[in-house]
Amino acid sequence: MPRGYAGKFLEVDLTKEEARDITFSDSVLEAYFGGRGLAAKILWDRIGEKWPEVDPLGPNNIFLALTGPMTAIYPGARICCSGKSPLSNGTVGSTASTEFASELKMAGYDGVIVTGKASNPIYILVTDEGGEIRSAGHIWGKLGEDTIRILNREVTEELTKRRPNIGLWREPGIIYIGPAGENLVRTAAVMTKICHAAGYGGYGAVMGSKNLKAIAAKGRGKIPEVDAPEAVKLLWKEVHRHLIEESDFRRMGTGYAGYMVGADTSSEPIRNWQEEWHDEKRYGGPLFETRYWVKKYWADFNCTTSCMKISCIKSGRWKGDITDMPDYELEAYCGTNLGIFDPGDNIHISAVIDNLGHSGINGPNTMGFAAELYQRGVLTKEDFGFELKWGDAEAFEKLAWLIAKRERIGDILAEGTFRAAVKISEMKGVDVMPYAVHVKGIEIGAHGTRSDADYTHDISYAASVQGGDHTSVAVDGYTEMSSAVFTDSAVICNFCFFWVPRSLVFDFAKAVTGFPITMERWRKEHGPRIVTLQRALLLMGGPDIEWRPIEDDDNPPRFYEPLPSGPHKGKTTDRELVEKKRSTYFETLGWDERGVPTKETLQKLGLADLDRAIRNLRK
Amino acid sequence: MPFPGVEVPHLCAQCDDYPCVKSCPVEALSIDQTTTAVIVNKEKCISCGKCITACPGQVPFLHPKDNKAVICDFCGGDPECVKVCVEAGYDALTLVHEEQSVNRKLFARNPIEVAKDLAVNLFGEKGEKVI
Repeated sequence: MPRGYAGKFLEVDLTKEEARDITFSDSVLEAYFGGRGLAAKILWDRIGEKWPEVDPLGPNNIFLALTGPMTAIYPGARICCSGKSPLSNGTVGSTASTEFASELKMAGYDGVIVTGKASNPIYILVTDEGGEIRSAGHIWGKLGEDTIRILNREVTEELTKRRPNIGLWREPGIIYIGPAGENLVRTAAVMTKICHAAGYGGYGAVMGSKNLKAIAAKGRGKIPEVDAPEAVKLLWKEVHRHLIEESDFRRMGTGYAGYMVGADTSSEPIRNWQEEWHDEKRYGGPLFETRYWVKKYWADFNCTTSCMKISCIKSGRWKGDITDMPDYELEAYCGTNLGIFDPGDNIHISAVIDNLGHSGINGPNTMGFAAELYQRGVLTKEDFGFELKWGDAEAFEKLAWLIAKRERIGDILAEGTFRAAVKISEMKGVDVMPYAVHVKGIEIGAHGTRSDADYTHDISYAASVQGGDHTSVAVDGYTEMSSAVFTDSAVICNFCFFWVPRSLVFDFAKAVTGFPITMERWRKEHGPRIVTLQRALLLMGGPDIEWRPIEDDDNPPRFYEPLPSGPHKGKTTDRELVEKKRSTYFETLGWDERGVPTKETLQKLGLADLDRAIRNLRK
Repeated sequence: MPFPGVEVPHLCAQCDDYPCVKSCPVEALSIDQTTTAVIVNKEKCISCGKCITACPGQVPFLHPKDNKAVICDFCGGDPECVKVCVEAGYDALTLVHEEQSVNRKLFARNPIEVAKDLAVNLFGEKGEKVI
């Protein structure tokens, strides 16, 4: 086993109620690294040509929670959740910051692979002794906060009982789902630490479909050995020095962006993206900070950046709400996109979303979509059971519950924005697709492309193998391979990565693993291999959705409407540029003109076995 | 962190009356005359865990590798944790030299109890419910 890895993975077959340890060959680990890359490889190896037949919410899907070789060693440890996505029907490497990742490695595991379906609600406990399946009947249906509280206590008591005289245990790391995941809401997130989420991809619903409420991990071992310990020590210090100097970001996190992205770059979703500009100074970062942030510099294990802040509402009608900052994405999606411009209301909706286990981007994207349909009279009070007016936090709270419990119109909205749009169009006889803001089933993150002033542009989402995911956007098929494709596979946090010179990060990766890694190789081999595999699985899709190459490799209609307000008024995404850059993107990656990987490319990347499965997709 | 956000540093409070040393049935614990810190003699330690229960904060623990008691020995008077904290730029830990004081012992508390107080401090009334 190469260095950086704990050495084994835990495979749990929930149908047979069996847990066993497995390993992967050094060559697979070198080629796919971990997290997002390894997840795609595991899924392809195990599901193979049957991919189009596998229901993402059926027992034949596989849920993966993987670390990478740099997790818990490089600052900013995360867990990467994956599987066949119930939103895109391809794969997403969906990551969340959590001690679950470091505890897992200290317990001696690099990841958990869950297959089958449990007959009753269960959770998995991972310790140095291995994995075990335990009943979760008592926590099924519980909100996030209660789930954490009960599981924390239960696991700690159980471990103390097993080893009564060794002293106190630090609490276990836990990933879990809320009611949204249990009820198979396709936008449900895998949650951790109340307010951290692996949101993109809908893996909360995959956990729910397996009756898997949570996975808890507690290790008493060491962080894995690295290949060049002295080099890692030096590199760690150097990386830390770069991160600690980011004093502004460390102080504000992304919590100041709820005002800035609207006012400055005109790329913030407002009322389901009908606008992207606002100048609401009452929604500014300092207002959140002064009144609501009860804890600043909140970090996960080994994180220098510590950009998270905890908000708590201590008085008034939302008393008792706790969430992180909210970060920019939730300030936008649980705020401006619902017409909410009050920090307290925004924190309330964020806390409701977290507790229910919705993804804070994808779930409220669907809520904004529903509200626009209400505005346009397509959906009415009869569909919801209440009025759904922009800015009405109480109404949006009710809607979040409707979706989580799949009641009334919530049952349709729980299918995610794209599938809901298909169903509502049929149901109401009106084409509502122009209001659905998604790419390949994945609702778009809160950075628009129309002003062209943000980091997201023309093909950022249109060409991405992870659709609307704002954390991993398409650039040119080359440079992004050494950013998100890499960080999601090394499973480290982007916010411990952006400010560090790339050469330093890749030296770090090499010193940890001993693999002959360079940035150039990630751009030309590793990255393209992972993305090409993801692209193939995405195009194979099924059973309910097949994406059409080119037609679906595009932005939603809304992104081609001119911006109606602000300094960038009139601007819109350049369609010709999209087409041009999309072609170049496909060409750079060695895909044909419709974006289907060519036989030669597959052979070059060591993916020759994919050819038979995607041959019929080529024209 | 019995609840997210309520992280509690759990360190030896350097009590003046040494309940851990007194509790040891095999005299494996002694007091360093220069630093006044507690020293564990691993050869003598029988892993009984009595020092842990005797500590008002349950700070000692048995090391996962050799199963022997671990108690802060001040790294011989120049604690590594303080050095690394300063070097990292956090400056959260500083070395202070204090006279004997009954107050010092009050810092040795079970972290769950500390967390209960911290939760109320952070979250107000809601904090009463979360731990």
